[in-house]
Amino acid sequence: MTLAARTARARGARDAGTEPSRRRPDLGWLGLAPFSVYVVLFLLLPAALAVGSGFFTRDGAFTLANLAAFGNPIVLKDFLDSFWLSAVTAVLGAVFGATICYALLRARPDGLLRSVVDAGSSVLAQFGGVMLAFAWIATIGSQGLVTVLVAQLTGIESLGGLGGPSLYTVAGLIPVYLYFQVPLMVLSFMPAMEGLRQAWAEAAATLGATRATYWRRIAMPILAPAFFGCAILLFANAFSSFATAAALIDQGGIVPLRIFSSLSSETVLGADNLAGVLALGMVVVMVVLMAAYGLLQRRAARWQR
Amino acid sequence: MSAGVEDVRASGTSEESTTPLRAVGRPEAVARRALGRTPRVGAAPSRATSTIVLVLAGVFFLVPIAAMVEFSLRQGRTGSYTLQHYAAVLDPAQEYAYDGLFQGTLNSLAICAITVLIVLLVLLPTMILVELRYPALRRALEFVCILPITIPTVVIGVGFLPVYSVIARLVGSDAWSLAFAIGIIVLPYAYRPIAVNLQGLDVAMLSEAARSLGAGWGTVMVRVLVPNLRRGILASCFITIAVVLGEFTIATFLSRTTFQTALVLIQHTDPYVAVIFALLALVFGFVLLLVIGRLGAVRRRA
Repeated sequence: MTLAARTARARGARDAGTEPSRRRPDLGWLGLAPFSVYVVLFLLLPAALAVGSGFFTRDGAFTLANLAAFGNPIVLKDFLDSFWLSAVTAVLGAVFGATICYALLRARPDGLLRSVVDAGSSVLAQFGGVMLAFAWIATIGSQGLVTVLVAQLTGIESLGGLGGPSLYTVAGLIPVYLYFQVPLMVLSFMPAMEGLRQAWAEAAATLGATRATYWRRIAMPILAPAFFGCAILLFANAFSSFATAAALIDQGGIVPLRIFSSLSSETVLGADNLAGVLALGMVVVMVVLMAAYGLLQRRAARWQR
Repeated sequence: MSAGVEDVRASGTSEESTTPLRAVGRPEAVARRALGRTPRVGAAPSRATSTIVLVLAGVFFLVPIAAMVEFSLRQGRTGSYTLQHYAAVLDPAQEYAYDGLFQGTLNSLAICAITVLIVLLVLLPTMILVELRYPALRRALEFVCILPITIPTVVIGVGFLPVYSVIARLVGSDAWSLAFAIGIIVLPYAYRPIAVNLQGLDVAMLSEAARSLGAGWGTVMVRVLVPNLRRGILASCFITIAVVLGEFTIATFLSRTTFQTALVLIQHTDPYVAVIFALLALVFGFVLLLVIGRLGAVRRRA
């Protein structure tokens, strides 16, 4: 019985003069309890503890002094490195990913090619970065397939400084990050690309537009909010990713790695609970990014009806 | 020319140009050829552009996979190839060397099972209940389920440390208890397929029809709603398995042995076996997700 039917019956009973209290109490909300308890204990509580711990000293007293860590040159460098790594891989990932989406417009949406690309993209984008790190060690590491082949064919060692040991630096993370950023772009931008209606192209052609004009004056402006929204998503994804970097770099470098390494030592860089302070910094960045993403998605949705 | 004819056919505006031969005799086809090139209408690229882009992308994405295969077959730095690394994995005499990896894999499988149960017994009933009785909460539920994407896993990982020191006192520090934490990471991925499936059903009508035929709520759930939601449920279970097998961050923060943390450890002692297992896991994940995709494609066509 629906809620509407139930309240209607209750109202009927009241009108007839019977006691309203005889109605069986609605216990349906109890069904929501397990999920609510689970989410509070394992999502909201840990998130609050992580961010909140930055505001306390080791002895448990409230303090704002820990926030001074954001002025520390090492922490600033970590954030800066995280920012530019995320920005570079987001821009390149968005451009390459959108180009692949464009090429996929020719493929049948329910055809085998699309299924293979979708499954491959999900695996690379969501299935854990450790294995992707291994793949790139096997490709452009010191003994990687491409490194060895290039050295044999041209005599250039370590891909001219692009491969080999530099794979284990923050800049070396760029190709590895692109390996999951481009697939994420394909997954998240394809719906917008497919939302382009044939009728718009025909209307433009009827009015004498060339394909270049159609793309420049119609398709691109329509796709722009979705494109920038997805690019922000990619930035956030790279900014918060941990596994790939941890499998390649041992210490420090980007913010997620610094959070992990600061857990094992009590007082690092002169601040208590540095992990909590850095977590707070990451959350602030993510909130800003997600707000921008939400705005752009709302604009993009206008054309996807 | 042939590309042009195909385009027109694809756009559905011309039924008569079924063969290029017949098109030759048609006046507008002749006129079009006289112009030199046929105007293409629509967003889709030409076949050549599409092929070039997809081949280049294919190379970028397949070379690292091929490099893994090549690496797993190498015999040291001798330059020759062997299957000995694959044989070593199956060799009982070397079992102790891969003990951590096997233990990690078993732990990950146990976590998979519990996480799938969390999805089926906690998330799914809540989603159905909200759809049936509290549709006003639908947006709130969606927000909560998407939230773990917005909060970086490293941040929740920091918060899990104090939570899990309590849990360790209650149920011990075995790896399976990670399932509660990973269930949260999985929420956004598990939520979406079921939500899409629910959107396509009139849950209220289905359950009222069943109720008016005398079915209890249990029967409605098990015999009416779950069978109708089986594609969404299956897809979200598969993606849950894939995400759990790939999970590394939470296990590292809480220093438990899972498949991924064992992979990173064994990479230092036996990189060949690490690459073999990474390869197998990638292929397994790909097959799982391909099955999900084909399930969806069959439904769309049907």
